[in-house]
Amino acid sequence: MEIPDVKEKWTSKINTVTLGATKEDGGTRGKTVTVGGATTLPFMTSEGEMPNKPVIAGFVSDTAPDWPEVIKEAIGKEINSPAEWAQKCVSEYGVDLISMKMIGADPAGKDASPAECAKAVEEVLKAVDVPLIIWGCGDDEKDNSVLPECSQAAKGENCLIGSAKETNYMTIVAICNADKHKIISEAPVDINIAKQVNILLQDADFDSNDVVMFQTTAALGYGFDYVYTIIERCRTAGLKGDNLMTSPQICDIAGETYRVKEAVADDDILPGWGKLARRGPMWEAACAEGYLQAGADILIMAHPDAVKSIQNTISKLM
Amino acid sequence: MILIGERVNAGFKDIKEAIINKDGDVIKEWARKQTGAGATYIDVNLGTASNKPEDLCWMIEMVQEEVDTPISIDNNRSLMLKEAMPVCKKPPLVNSTTAVDEKMNELFPIVAEHGASIIGLVMDEAGSPKDADKRVENAGKIIEKAMEFGLSPEQIFLDPIIMPLKFMQEQATEILKATNQFQLFSDPPCHIVCGLSNISNGTKYKKLLNRTFLTMLIANGCDAAILDVMDNDLVDAVLTAEMVMNKQIYADSYLEAFRKSR
Repeated sequence: MEIPDVKEKWTSKINTVTLGATKEDGGTRGKTVTVGGATTLPFMTSEGEMPNKPVIAGFVSDTAPDWPEVIKEAIGKEINSPAEWAQKCVSEYGVDLISMKMIGADPAGKDASPAECAKAVEEVLKAVDVPLIIWGCGDDEKDNSVLPECSQAAKGENCLIGSAKETNYMTIVAICNADKHKIISEAPVDINIAKQVNILLQDADFDSNDVVMFQTTAALGYGFDYVYTIIERCRTAGLKGDNLMTSPQICDIAGETYRVKEAVADDDILPGWGKLARRGPMWEAACAEGYLQAGADILIMAHPDAVKSIQNTISKLM
Repeated sequence: MILIGERVNAGFKDIKEAIINKDGDVIKEWARKQTGAGATYIDVNLGTASNKPEDLCWMIEMVQEEVDTPISIDNNRSLMLKEAMPVCKKPPLVNSTTAVDEKMNELFPIVAEHGASIIGLVMDEAGSPKDADKRVENAGKIIEKAMEFGLSPEQIFLDPIIMPLKFMQEQATEILKATNQFQLFSDPPCHIVCGLSNISNGTKYKKLLNRTFLTMLIANGCDAAILDVMDNDLVDAVLTAEMVMNKQIYADSYLEAFRKSR
């Protein structure tokens, strides 16, 4: 008896996005990073191709994040200097690129000026030669002044700038067009808004091939399944031919993980949970493992042990 | 939704004259306009203007000089198809066969050879079916025969045969019933196509009837139509019906996005 062919036949492919500009392309990066291009669900290489492996972006911030001491210690004193931290991510952890968040610019926190943020960007660009992802602080009003300066400081480096939402996309399009960067389109765990933001970017004449989608990210145990499902649906819709959903996707694993109690509470508060020094990176790695399966193309990660574990997974699966 | 633009058809006076006078510009203009409006295929019909294969090939070439939208060859004579198929740059859609064995035996090998698709009208030697059951029976014959020739469900477009509402009012519900059942033949299902404008033949409110009936067909699994793709209200209704059927992911600006993507 003939065995029926049950393989999925996808009609479309995920966009290929290259980040970073080398000297020939008008930048100063020593290497570029290419994501996307898949014609199948993650790692289902029997049904299609996955020409580019998912990549890990090292989490770096202009000001040291408010993480548990034991996690920060694992990274080391470099966490206090974005340039040194980025260097360590690249040379010791072997990350593919750097993701830099301007936590210090938050008006409710240190309220660093746009000029200070731009200076931090310049320092990181000098310290490493991998491509850069640049995020604001998350406060829309402040980001409207922070991101243009940071973008300009990295002009021509083909960075990924985050993030464009329904409320601010015109600004982001303007700076990315002016300084030759690519865009992260953001939606709050909402596939319909994700599509709408991509439509708005297209309407503003920004090339859809230069967009990476961000469904925010939920830490393991805090809505992880919602985000997982949406990332998967985006990918499936893209593979089925919805050309507004064919962008590669990014997840901020570290930024979300070290906000939840399982990854920040120390041993005494929750007996039986094991030491935080181990539990923290495990929580981060488990979260990243999940999003890899959902279809994430860029994972932002911090703890060296978690990074190592995911690098290992990716190399085994590819 | 697969939108098959109906306008490059010698039934229209300007196209007929264009064929006779070999005026490629008229054909190119309609190819461009229909593609811009969202056509997935450009239907090319020689009508009574000519019966020469070279004229059909010329029409196809004119369309392909202007756009890269695939062609729907509106002709069921194997002699014509054998000439026209190799001219098509992309796998065409043949329009059409009936459920008559002789016709299917003649056309399916050509379709298979070119990796093309074909519309199967669910009528047989006895003519147009009067009810849903006969339509489904004929659809079954078409699928069975197509499988013998190695065609996959994706290459088959079943057409339930639309009858004019004004003259055969009881047929509309039979067509909807049959359409719904066509979906059950295989997984993935065949395409289901309709020659939409038949429904409004002779009526006063043609456009309203066209878009009302097409949304009802979509609700019953229809995923392709030969239609006036220049009718924006009709295309908007199609896009909206597909959203209702959860075939597309909703976004506030889905209509604008469709137009922008053209």
